[in-house]
Amino acid sequence: MSLKKVHDEQPKEFKFSNENLKKAEEILKKYPEKNKKSAVMPFLYLAQRQNNNWIPLAAMKYIANFLSMPYISVYEVATFYTMYNLAPVGKHFIQVCTTTPCLIRGADKIVKLCKEKISSKENELSKSGNCSWMEVECLGACVSAPMIQINDDYYEDLDEKSANDILDSLIKDKPLKPGSYRGRTNTSPEKKQNINGENHA
Amino acid sequence: MPKITINGKEIEFEKGMTVLQACELANVEIPRFCYHEKLSIAGNCRMCLVEMEKSAKPIASCAMPAAEGMNIKTNTPFVEKARKGVMEFLLANHPLDCPVCDQGGECDLQDQSMYYGVDKSRFVENKRQVKEKYMGPLIKTQMTRCIHCTRCVRFATEVAGVPEIGAIGRGENMEITTYLEKAMESELSANVIDLCPVGALTSKPYAFEARPWELKKTESVDVMDAVGSNIRIDTYNWEVKRILPRLNNDINEEWISDKTRYSCDGLLKQRLDVPYIKKNNKLQKSNWDEAVSILVEKIKTLNPDEIGGHIGDMVNLENALSFKKFFSVLKSNNLEFREKNFFIDPSEKSNYIFNSSIKGIEQSDLILLIGTNPRHEATMLNARIRKVFAQKKVPIYSIGNPGDLTYDYTIIGNKTDDIKKILSNESNFSKILSSSKKPVIIIGESALELKSGKYLIEGFKNFLKNNNFINKDWNAFNFLPQNASTVGLIDLNIISKEENKRNLFFEKLKNNQFKLLYLLGSDNLDIKKNNEFIVYQGSHGDRGAEIADLILPSAAFTEQNGLYENLEGRVQECKKASYPIGEALEDWKILNLILKGLGKNENLFNFEFLRKEVLNLIPNFTKLNELPNFKESRLINTSPHFESEDVNIKELDYFFTNAISRASKTMSECRQIKYSSKKTGTDNL
Repeated sequence: MSLKKVHDEQPKEFKFSNENLKKAEEILKKYPEKNKKSAVMPFLYLAQRQNNNWIPLAAMKYIANFLSMPYISVYEVATFYTMYNLAPVGKHFIQVCTTTPCLIRGADKIVKLCKEKISSKENELSKSGNCSWMEVECLGACVSAPMIQINDDYYEDLDEKSANDILDSLIKDKPLKPGSYRGRTNTSPEKKQNINGENHA
Repeated sequence: MPKITINGKEIEFEKGMTVLQACELANVEIPRFCYHEKLSIAGNCRMCLVEMEKSAKPIASCAMPAAEGMNIKTNTPFVEKARKGVMEFLLANHPLDCPVCDQGGECDLQDQSMYYGVDKSRFVENKRQVKEKYMGPLIKTQMTRCIHCTRCVRFATEVAGVPEIGAIGRGENMEITTYLEKAMESELSANVIDLCPVGALTSKPYAFEARPWELKKTESVDVMDAVGSNIRIDTYNWEVKRILPRLNNDINEEWISDKTRYSCDGLLKQRLDVPYIKKNNKLQKSNWDEAVSILVEKIKTLNPDEIGGHIGDMVNLENALSFKKFFSVLKSNNLEFREKNFFIDPSEKSNYIFNSSIKGIEQSDLILLIGTNPRHEATMLNARIRKVFAQKKVPIYSIGNPGDLTYDYTIIGNKTDDIKKILSNESNFSKILSSSKKPVIIIGESALELKSGKYLIEGFKNFLKNNNFINKDWNAFNFLPQNASTVGLIDLNIISKEENKRNLFFEKLKNNQFKLLYLLGSDNLDIKKNNEFIVYQGSHGDRGAEIADLILPSAAFTEQNGLYENLEGRVQECKKASYPIGEALEDWKILNLILKGLGKNENLFNFEFLRKEVLNLIPNFTKLNELPNFKESRLINTSPHFESEDVNIKELDYFFTNAISRASKTMSECRQIKYSSKKTGTDNL
């Protein structure tokens, strides 16, 4: 993780769409008027959703004016949290978990695959232009390590082969289904019986 | 009062104090980086750790409220070990570049590492490197040295009122920067240099100029505006290297404006070092004998009534008094100090000073600005208004539109009719005003330039008096002068007479009736030169020298002792830090030369006598550095003239208000940035 840099090419303007404007009003209702700047995080999230998964400076200014707070404060929040993207990401945005449990189960191999198939550097668009990847800290699915997150979905219980297939499918723009790649339902046990030969509860 | 034990000694403290403040009461010094008296508490440097009984861990004393019965220890091995640990972390990423760092010698980190630093580092990884950030022409950054105390961030947000500095990123990648690396748009921005406990933010114009121990330090006062901020002038031989603030809670607290701090390089440039005489339409170098004899000849041929004198914005009281006496020797009374013809009623001192006092603003519960932009006219006073706004949400109103003042205010109106409505109880605001307890009414020079200037002063005075806002404890009536010399010169009565509502001096000036115009450090007077012989006596080759036929070089404010009276009527002494350049002399010495030339040896001046006389002449004078005392003020009933006019606040060219700042390279850089940022606008990004 290094300091996030804002993108060189910035759109001139940003405005919430009508739909997001309604959502924003709803969010504002959760906070008392004098603390309305608490809404900065959900607002940044909305802006990121609306703008192809990244937040331009124009959006930060828009939000700052919306919540009557200084630009720098919004900028601080946006640079602090790792899940706000300040530069464009691929249509398929791959986040590879490399925290200890995933790493023990072979996340480094997935990282290597990403470097080969997508781009040699993190946060860089692939040749096909629709994928980018980055290493992230624990995504909270250690029970099915190693795993990656693609946009909103978790792909779990991976190995080199399945990860390879998934990446290929993304490059072809026909993504495979999310979920466990060892046939588990959610995080349920793989075998019907436990070590003692009894059925799981 | 509750009691706390510090190092075994029991002391009483006030409720609401922190442990650190209580320790200071007990004369125990606690090392700190992030804590600062005038800023909010952050508690992030951890240097102020102390041991508290019944706590397994050391506590950060700056953030811990002191409580009854606490037992604090600050000198145990436990505390020392904790602080050493903190210091080791702070130094882990701090570069060892003290020899090339401008903070060296006055660096908190350097000093404290003498006590708590470890002589070797256990940090074997690479130190982090942070790119330099652009923060404008005044602040030089070296962000690798930053220890993230966030004092600068808190200062910009809380005191300056321009939330433009922030900490971006997190953890090891945290960096302090202005929003998108723009220059800070504040007149107080350079105070972050003093606040920075390390060498991350240093002074750009002063970069690599001198080390603190080489400089001679002189405690003095500022003359860039009428506030009279307390300053320390640091000189290296003749040269004024830098100007720093001096703590004075009654005036400028711990801050000074950028103009005060950085105009000092104007003291080195455009200086007049020898007398000049205009020959064949060109100014040529001359000497004192020739210059004085020309002037003496000129004076002898003229009728006293044809001689006019004008005193400038930075002239001290002794020199002004000698000038006045000089004019009485010449038997001329065409003497003036005002640059614009604004109304003044010199009959009573409370008519032309800031009666509520700068510190008194903190007690106020309502502020009304009339035709004034305090941000540019008196920056430190504006900082005080912002302080009450930020801390107590005091409502602020304005008549006329002053623009961005770093706080919110309501504009009541833009016409004198709105004032009339208030005074005649017809406006809603009259009720708000009379129901407040301690209002502050601030009348600016722009308002008094109006034809209804007299109406304004008398109307408000009577209104406030009738509502009991002018009494022994509180005087809500305030005049905000723009120049350092203004209040003192009114006290010395250097005002030309008015006849039939026409000011004689300005009328004669306008009609070119003067044959000789003597400018004493006066550069801002609007003169349409015709045939008059203009003598300019001052320190800088500025607007006055440009039109002069004879130039007499004199000393600048840092080069002579002298009294100044600030806008509250507080008489303060400006001390000699350097000496006059070349053949330049103090103003009263020059006048002595002329008097000798005129053969009036019996009238010669002497500095001690001048000072004594000045102090005697100042009405309501108490002591140096103290506020004047008042008994009662009178009601005035002259039913002055009223005219319906727009209240236009004259925009000051903030960085270019006087001869010194106009000669300063730093000030012109600041000015350029201010105007270029206005032109291009930052709103597109």
